[in-house]
Amino acid sequence: MNDLIHSLIFGIAQGSIYALIALSFVVIFRATGVLNFAQPALMILGAFATSVFAIDLGLNYFIALVLAMIVIALLSMGIERVAIRPMVGQSTFSAALITVGLFIALYVISTRLFDSKPRTVNDPWGVSALCLGGNLKEEWGFVSCEGGLIIYWHSIGKIVLATIVIAALFIWLARSKYGLAMRATSMDQETALAQGINVGGMFSTSWAISGAIVALAGGLFAANGSVIQSTDALFALVALPALVLGGLDSLKGAVIGGLAIGILMNLTKTYQTAIAPWLGLNFENVVPYIVMIIVLLIRPYGLFGTKEVQRV
Amino acid sequence: MTLSAHNLEVVYEDVMLVLKGASINVPKNGIVTLLGANGAGKTTLLRAISGLLGVHRGKITRGHISVDDVKLDTDQAPAVVRAGVSQVMEGRRIFIEFTVEENLLVGAHTTPRAAIDSKLDYVYEMFPALKGRKKQHAGYLSGGEQQMLAIGRALMAEPKYLILDEPSLGLAPQIVSQIRDLIVQLKESGLGILLVEQNAAMALSIADHGYVMENGKIVMDAPAKALREDEDIQEFYLGLGESAGSLRDVKHYSRRKRWLS
Repeated sequence: MNDLIHSLIFGIAQGSIYALIALSFVVIFRATGVLNFAQPALMILGAFATSVFAIDLGLNYFIALVLAMIVIALLSMGIERVAIRPMVGQSTFSAALITVGLFIALYVISTRLFDSKPRTVNDPWGVSALCLGGNLKEEWGFVSCEGGLIIYWHSIGKIVLATIVIAALFIWLARSKYGLAMRATSMDQETALAQGINVGGMFSTSWAISGAIVALAGGLFAANGSVIQSTDALFALVALPALVLGGLDSLKGAVIGGLAIGILMNLTKTYQTAIAPWLGLNFENVVPYIVMIIVLLIRPYGLFGTKEVQRV
Repeated sequence: MTLSAHNLEVVYEDVMLVLKGASINVPKNGIVTLLGANGAGKTTLLRAISGLLGVHRGKITRGHISVDDVKLDTDQAPAVVRAGVSQVMEGRRIFIEFTVEENLLVGAHTTPRAAIDSKLDYVYEMFPALKGRKKQHAGYLSGGEQQMLAIGRALMAEPKYLILDEPSLGLAPQIVSQIRDLIVQLKESGLGILLVEQNAAMALSIADHGYVMENGKIVMDAPAKALREDEDIQEFYLGLGESAGSLRDVKHYSRRKRWLS
């Protein structure tokens, strides 16, 4: 029972990071119709920026996180202006390929910046944990909780921060004047223009928001009680199965897909070694992609995506 | 006090010359109609006025637009809306996933926050049908209600000049006459209206002045009354000319032809 609750909470924490990354994909996809494959690199740059502000400049972790979000938002906005805006009207395939190129360029830059040394972000949680109904032991940097339920503080921190940001984004989109304008732009650019909406400005805003969200995901991901490296950018790729599961153009789908994938991975991690040991070690890393293949086969538009109707 | 296009020349994709020096004047408190066959360049002229050419890779290469004698920055659609020119685009183009009220609020994007509520009341008073359904998705409205929503949305921006592109398209005759009365009502409230219509009979019945466009040029420019009485206009736009003759003759001819063959 404790195992189950532990893997659920851990899964939700991990899932909320996937949800943030998937959300950052969807925000851009809905506004500009481009699937931005540079997001994983932006995530790791976000983690790096958080680390620089928190360790090298010695700022509080939360302030470092906010500064990193601002820096990556500006970077993302610049990318849109320089590399994506000129592609308006061209096929979305070429724009997506540009982002693949951007991913590689940014990834190399981040590897150079990390200088191959693992970094931390000096988060306030570390490896400290709650131990419900057992006795907490800490040896050599590992925490264990014999006979009880262990809940890491960093899991709680991730869930709380992700929830606040996601809720704020949803409320802003639903209620505010510019949120409405952004949704209108994603539905019909020309009509939005005719209503006096600055469509170019809306593109910039959506890329900035997406950059800020993915930087937050990076900064939270780095708070794992351990160290991060530039290769951890590949972690963000798990957001793709989450995206496909939720539906490419649905914000709600991105959140639910991210949480579902996170929970599924952690349940597999906990139970697979006992139930199906013949599948081998680290099978949980394969699960998201199996889910993705199944979803693409039976429901290609995902749980909440718009079903594409085509005239034959 | 007019909305004017001065010698407008528009080129699409750097090669297609679609407008070849068109000029029109829309006075405030008046209805001006623009007639012309498909492909004459009517919609292009409207796009040029409301700054929507960029979306279609078009450019104004000569001439300019002015509102009340102030030159308009037609590179920026938002600037046009702020200057008081709103367009109801062909095919209604409402946001079907939004509720009725959200559609109206998008139209109020450039309106000062304090004025939005009174503008909403004004539109709901004009279209009581919309008021009862303001929380519904706009996609569930009927064609006529969607057209009213599109007009209401344009009115939310507090325009001085309203451009209507084919407002009667695909609507039942009864709704068309409703829309016609509405246009007259809007004129009387002090708006300048530029009306583009395939339904020339309807347009000429309410307009004060009319232009006929062909091949990117204005070929006729006269008061609506003169146009209504013009023989060519009657033949080509109102279907009243003599050459059409009686349908029975045509039928008779073809029947006889079949007999002979």
